Amino acid sequence: MDMIRVNNLTKFFGAKHAVDGISFAVERGEVLGFLGPNGAGKSTTMRMITGFIPPTSGEITVGGFDMLENPLPAKRLIGYLPENAPAYTDMTVHGFLSFAAEIRGLHGGARKKAVSRAVEMCFLEAVLHQSVETLSKGYRHRTCFAQSIIHDPDVLILDEPTDGLDPNQKHEVRQLIRRMGATKAIIFSTHILEEVDAVCSRAVIIDRGRIVANGTPQQLRQKSEWSGAVTLRVIGINAATLQQRLIQIPAAKKITVIKEDATSVTARVFPQPGSNSVLAQGVADAAQGWRIEEMHTEEGRLDEVFRSITLPDTAKQAEAKQ
Amino acid sequence: MNSWANIKTITKRELGAYFSSPLAYIFIVIFLLLCGFFAFAVQPTLLTRGQASLAANFFFWHPWFYLFLVPAVGMRLWAEERRVGTIELLLTMPITAWQAIVGKFLASWLFLGVALAMTFPIVLTVNYLGHPDNGVIFAGYLGSWLMAGSYLAVSCLTSALTRNQVVSFILSVVACLFLILAGFPPVISLLESSGRPWFVEAVASFSVITHFEGLQKGVVDSRDLVFYLSLIGFSLFSTSVILRGRRAG
Repeated sequence: MDMIRVNNLTKFFGAKHAVDGISFAVERGEVLGFLGPNGAGKSTTMRMITGFIPPTSGEITVGGFDMLENPLPAKRLIGYLPENAPAYTDMTVHGFLSFAAEIRGLHGGARKKAVSRAVEMCFLEAVLHQSVETLSKGYRHRTCFAQSIIHDPDVLILDEPTDGLDPNQKHEVRQLIRRMGATKAIIFSTHILEEVDAVCSRAVIIDRGRIVANGTPQQLRQKSEWSGAVTLRVIGINAATLQQRLIQIPAAKKITVIKEDATSVTARVFPQPGSNSVLAQGVADAAQGWRIEEMHTEEGRLDEVFRSITLPDTAKQAEAKQ
Repeated sequence: MNSWANIKTITKRELGAYFSSPLAYIFIVIFLLLCGFFAFAVQPTLLTRGQASLAANFFFWHPWFYLFLVPAVGMRLWAEERRVGTIELLLTMPITAWQAIVGKFLASWLFLGVALAMTFPIVLTVNYLGHPDNGVIFAGYLGSWLMAGSYLAVSCLTSALTRNQVVSFILSVVACLFLILAGFPPVISLLESSGRPWFVEAVASFSVITHFEGLQKGVVDSRDLVFYLSLIGFSLFSTSVILRGRRAG
């Protein structure tokens, strides 16, 4: 069953079309990554799914409950980490988490257990009795994250969960998300593309309020023109000779020289559309007799896909001119 | 009841927030100093007036104390939540906006009740010096607390309008000032010169002072209670409308 189902979601802020007909579904056991430039509508979409702001039109169901008609049972299923990880600054970490547990209907022993579980998962023991106001950004972030998982929810909505964390903390949070993703339905947004590979089972790219790409990280990467390109470094040859020989490969579309020095040339051969599988063999055949120091096939790069999809048209033209 | 459990949780958190900040203690000290000063230093004082009553020297000043003190208590209720962003947590929890509003209001109202209750030495004083009617004094306290509640509900409303506490404070003082002035004798006599008694009565009936007078004298009139409670109810309802409208964008 789809834990989260969003159908034709639309939001206007005044005349501004913040979200424009977004539809998708997330099942249990899936981690969906939300990608997109700033202001693309990622946070607005999340705020609508969690019931914070009502959509202008469209449907949202969480665990089968309609968020607009029947918000309370839907909200019970959700854990939410808002952007910038807000928390009550006048409380201690323990007080804040106890409050979050209590308002989720956990009392007495169940509350204590939930708090200590969340504290353990988010490594908060050291600051448990410190006021939230005095915490560093990383700790404050994890405190708010702990709040979102306190009731072991079926659905997790995380708005930039690794923002402002140091590399070790980022790693911990990613591991945590991936571990929890096995049993929950998770949506999380990020600017960091490597995170998508590390955590997501599926990703959507949102631009100007619309979904412009939807697929596994692997599928998205294949949209890149880099996908299937062959990079090689040859010793004892000049760039002109190399280009001359390689361009004759039927599967090659173009060749760019990345680096040339006195002893070696590094070049990348891009494939013709649909000929990814034969390009490497073609290059190997053409390169017979050369001293090849290194050769590998590119998987395609998410950042390049991201840029080519989400750059505004004017910026694209400017890039093309260069 | 589930909804009461939610309200209780919110109220508990808010009360904790008051007493963990210096604001609560500053508020209580200022309030008690003002009460003491106006009772014992402004002529004729409680001691020289020769009446075993708190009406003229104590309750009389409360509408004016509250004018500045209650908005100071209420200004942070929603403005702070919006500034810090915790409103996004609060309103995505499995509670209704109404439960959050009532919970927050009750916490601040209880806090004002605590501050008011700490004036008890003045009751002991008049009981030591004479034989006051303690029923009348109790009615006065009830009226004072209800009046504080209506100011507070108005502050709650203005607090929902903005993320800036200072703006919230000023708006709320202006609104409360209107509630006082509508029944302030100089304003009443100015209105009476217009020669329309129904108009004077209509304006005066909106004043917290007019409705406080009876209670100070020990007359617990249901109309006065209804006035305060409906002012509170209306302000809190408006708060919920504002919060919903703000989120709808």
